Amino acid sequence: MSTASHIHLQRLEAESIRILRQVATDFERPVLLYSVGKDSSVLLHLAIKAFYPAKPPFPLLHVDTTFKFKEMIEFRDATAERLGLELVVYTNPEGLAANTNPFTHGSSRYTDIMKTEALRKALDEGKYDAAIGGARRDEEKSRAKERVFSHRSGGHVWDPKNQRPELWSLYNTRINPGESMRVFPLSNWTETDIWAYIYLQDIPMSELYLAKERPVVERDGALFMVDDERFPLNEGEQPEMRSIRFRTLGCYPLTAAIESTASTLAEVIIEMRSTHSSERSGRLIDKDQAASMEKKKKEGYF
Amino acid sequence: MSAADSAKLDMQQFIELESSKSMLKFITCGSVDDGKSTLIGRLLYDSQLLYDDQLEELKRDSKGRASVEEEIDFSLLVDGLAAEREQGITIDVAYRFFSTTRRKFIVADTPGHEQYTRNMATGASTAEAAVLLIDARLGVSTQTRRHAYILSLVGVKHILLAVNKIDLKDYSQELFEDICTDFDEFAGELGFKSVCAIPISALKGDNITTLSERMPWYRGMPLLTYLEELDPQRDDSFQFRFPVQRVTRPDLDFRGYAGTLAGGEIAVGDEIMVAASLKRSRVKSIVTMDGDLPAASKGDAVTVTLEDEIDISMGDVLHRPGEPLERSNQFQAHLIWMHEDPMLPERSYLMKIGTQMTSVQVTDLKYAIDINTSRHMPATKVDLNGIAVCNFASAQAIAFDAYKENPETGAFILIDRINNNTVGAGMIDFGLHRGQNLSWQSFEINRESRARMKHQKPAVIWFTGLSASGKSTIADILEQRLAAQNRHTYLLDGDNFRHGLNKDLGFTDADRVENIRRVAEVARLMADSGLIVMTAFISPFRRERRMAKEIVGDIDFVEVFVDTPLEICEARDPKGMYARARRGEIPNFTGISSAYEPPERADIHLDAGDRPAEELADEVLRQLQLD
Repeated sequence: MSTASHIHLQRLEAESIRILRQVATDFERPVLLYSVGKDSSVLLHLAIKAFYPAKPPFPLLHVDTTFKFKEMIEFRDATAERLGLELVVYTNPEGLAANTNPFTHGSSRYTDIMKTEALRKALDEGKYDAAIGGARRDEEKSRAKERVFSHRSGGHVWDPKNQRPELWSLYNTRINPGESMRVFPLSNWTETDIWAYIYLQDIPMSELYLAKERPVVERDGALFMVDDERFPLNEGEQPEMRSIRFRTLGCYPLTAAIESTASTLAEVIIEMRSTHSSERSGRLIDKDQAASMEKKKKEGYF
Repeated sequence: MSAADSAKLDMQQFIELESSKSMLKFITCGSVDDGKSTLIGRLLYDSQLLYDDQLEELKRDSKGRASVEEEIDFSLLVDGLAAEREQGITIDVAYRFFSTTRRKFIVADTPGHEQYTRNMATGASTAEAAVLLIDARLGVSTQTRRHAYILSLVGVKHILLAVNKIDLKDYSQELFEDICTDFDEFAGELGFKSVCAIPISALKGDNITTLSERMPWYRGMPLLTYLEELDPQRDDSFQFRFPVQRVTRPDLDFRGYAGTLAGGEIAVGDEIMVAASLKRSRVKSIVTMDGDLPAASKGDAVTVTLEDEIDISMGDVLHRPGEPLERSNQFQAHLIWMHEDPMLPERSYLMKIGTQMTSVQVTDLKYAIDINTSRHMPATKVDLNGIAVCNFASAQAIAFDAYKENPETGAFILIDRINNNTVGAGMIDFGLHRGQNLSWQSFEINRESRARMKHQKPAVIWFTGLSASGKSTIADILEQRLAAQNRHTYLLDGDNFRHGLNKDLGFTDADRVENIRRVAEVARLMADSGLIVMTAFISPFRRERRMAKEIVGDIDFVEVFVDTPLEICEARDPKGMYARARRGEIPNFTGISSAYEPPERADIHLDAGDRPAEELADEVLRQLQLD
């Protein structure tokens, strides 16, 4: 960062860059999981910085559930093109063949098949030995204990009771054949840090984060965007145009919007500062049970 | 003014506020039930970092918990994993975040139970300060001593002694002062830079964010104010240290060294030296994507280019000519053991220090330390959570500083060769045999001179491939070709190893690793004596071949993959082994009941098929380019 005053963001940036360089040096086939969201955008920006003037020596991987917002897909392709990076898009072929969707299969099975299982398959097929992700420790309780270099045994299993101690910045990157590593360079960033950094570095973001008139339906007090004709409307339900934005980006039928008029990044950040719910509250999978995220992570969810 | 404009204005204030904040990493430690999790939960709650949905979840989860009579059980905020929520104790290091208008905090919450000492050392390794909790009802305990000792060992300089649950002792000033005296008595010699004691109740919120009216006798700061104002300066060395993490070569015109400054500062034009080769150059530019910098200082992740083309690779450390690191393959260090399998002196471990990696062995376990009493005890091994002082010998000389001079260049971890677990953490005290470099040079006859006499460059040519793929046959012909060129060679294969040096080894995983380790060590010695050494072992696993390459070190290592399809190998089957393996008579037979992991990037890949061995040997000879 150009100004010396941004002390803690500078420290965070330097730490992330060190981690990204470590991955590239120690692994044979790393891959960066690019999910198009704000954390991914910061992660990608840091990866570009870490290897400058060279390009990041790994491709981007996007697990496409086929229910991502259309704008996300456009933004994804434009970003890879703009940066001249290889983009690998993976969709679980069995899930696709069975027309797996959140409406008839339920959000939990759909997520298992199209996200968790798809990710495992994508990593196996690409023979990737390290997958770099944008998860942060402040997001959720089970993530608070996650290592920066998080070891996965064969089958991508995470054993929270048997994690390698991680001291100083001496990351143990050694793995045996068949095992892999998940790497989280943004571990020590908070949501506020992410937004402040995006603003200061002028990092391009999907427009979905900004408020705009979009077609929505309201269900149980939550707003869902009707992004295409696959969204089954209840009897008498009619999408209406409302000014909304998203705090996290995922599959459109599972990602609740918030009503907002914040149409610039500055307004979004100001609005966020006065908000009263955590960003994951817009994600439906967390609500099932208190330890649901830990369970999902053990099974290989990011 | 439009809404967007006013947002922009607020935004600027927000960014200014955010950017003026500093960051403090601290650790909380204390015994079971001292109230650590409650304290952190209270800090999160009082700094209003909780969102409504988190608060609601917390209230929901607090119901049915017998441990508190209050509405909210703050410890639930930080006890993350399902297993520990069931047991009601914290079992691992958790990192928590909160922020005030002045500072951003990262808290390592670490367990108090004795068996998890390693987690505390882990949390302390990145902490700038520690909040050490004491239960006012119990006073200074064995655990307190243990935690204070570990904090001191790992070099945490600032201690906040939080005397918690003072509400249960009627906010007694006398009791508080007694506890402080007890603590000072034994902590005096631990070398802390500052110790500040504060009487608190995490549960009731006394002296956490504001001074409590219930303790008018206390004249210090509330806990949070102390954490906001603490200056975490350590008295580390200011000498420039730059461990090279990566060589950046996007094109022929640019050669940069990427890394993070581990100490001091450097400016364009400054003279630098490479710790291992003692080669010198000057800094030509300090490159970042945001533009070149005139200078960089400790903690900055940059890419440095130099005036001269000198040989520098990953693991090298740059310093200023007048401020060298120590360089030795023998040193004394404090060791904290972190694994259930004990540390055994004769065992070889991988050692990672900065960006350097080498093999290491304890040559002398001098003594273990009883951290409850700080007493020295004789020992033959170090168990989980044990602390010992040892002499180490590494396969290659490493560049380092004493840990107390610079933790970045003086800390290391030990890794188990077989399961790759992080098994130990070390802090270097000093190098042994300070005249190391001199005495090495004083060997009149060294590898170079031996090689010169033989008119050849020593190398290890490592053949790998399935059983009956043709490794030994090709190596044998290659050796004849080399001999015809007057080259001095030796061929190591299963026959001269399994019947001699390795006849004590079976076929368990550990024995197979040991087999390859010995082959690699012997190959290294022979190459060091000036020979061109060929080895012909199946060596089916990448990690073993990687280990072999690491052992061979700075001698040329050429991996030759004899890629013969399984069907052909099986059809050859000179010793009838495949047939027996197919009948299930040989367990773990490579290619049949055990995997062969082909090299991803062999130096020489022989697409062998049915091609004659002579032709393949000639191909190896051609690709070796020995002169």
